[in-house]
Amino acid sequence: MKFGVVVFPGSNCDLDAYHFVKDVLAQPVDYIWHQEESVAGYECIILPGGSSYGDYLRSGAIASFSPVMKAVKDFALRGGLVIGIGNGFQILVEAGLLPGALYRNTALQFRCQFTYLKVENYFTPFTKAIERGRLLKIPIAHGEGNYYVDKDTLHRLEVKGQIIFRYATEQAEVTAAANPNGSVFNIAGVCNENKNVLGMMPHPERAGEAILGSEDGKMIFDSILKHWEGSRL
Amino acid sequence: MLKAQIKVLLKQSVLDPQGQAVEKALGALGYNNVEKVRVGKYLEVTLAENDLDAANKQVQEMCERLLTNSVIEDYTFTLVEV
Repeated sequence: MKFGVVVFPGSNCDLDAYHFVKDVLAQPVDYIWHQEESVAGYECIILPGGSSYGDYLRSGAIASFSPVMKAVKDFALRGGLVIGIGNGFQILVEAGLLPGALYRNTALQFRCQFTYLKVENYFTPFTKAIERGRLLKIPIAHGEGNYYVDKDTLHRLEVKGQIIFRYATEQAEVTAAANPNGSVFNIAGVCNENKNVLGMMPHPERAGEAILGSEDGKMIFDSILKHWEGSRL
Repeated sequence: MLKAQIKVLLKQSVLDPQGQAVEKALGALGYNNVEKVRVGKYLEVTLAENDLDAANKQVQEMCERLLTNSVIEDYTFTLVEV
């Protein structure tokens, strides 16, 4: 399965994502420069974390207009798999590929810590290989990961199964104390209605090897591989 | 030429963590009558354009496409001659 990692000026988790796909998943992967106008030949596009365009104006706002994003939008509309991590999530909401907005953490701190994620929907390309009831231990590192949607949109996301991950305690309780950034409904990751585009603030590519403290991030990518293999049968 | 003076604020329904922090800091400085603080952005965009209607339309479009995020922000602007 061929992965492409988009590189914007200011991306800084592009190397992590590339290393993860190449060395942990053992799948082919290329960097895709943001000026590229095509993503042809790739089966999954990763928008990595970082601070594209210095987070100027709003995180992800300027990157969402880069030439490659037009191609990523077309790719997503045709059903291609796209995963945005951290800043990549911010770019996806700014590009209108995912609902909602991400802004400053309520605690006013940059939060760099492990979080525990409760999986809310197992019937997506990103979660289908995850053991039922299993909490994912995946780190966050952001100052603007506070996810906001209005009440009507939240209701719609719930009904359509678009809420994928929620911050929980180690005991799997979704509480205010487990919420690191003030996100509505403890939301850590959402999908589009078709479930082929995922955005999440936690970094699964930083949780793929035991030496990093967790291998749980791999389950998300194992799901992607399982989905892709299934779609080829 | 016309200059757009654009003010962007988080919507009233959206919590403003920055505003709250500033509000607390003002309280700590002894300004006990500070009721509420909201922190936003101010942008100036100068246009090579003299037609008010055209500039009005363009600034609105630029605000909606890039300068603001309608999910969390509201904006107002005025045009002045420069």
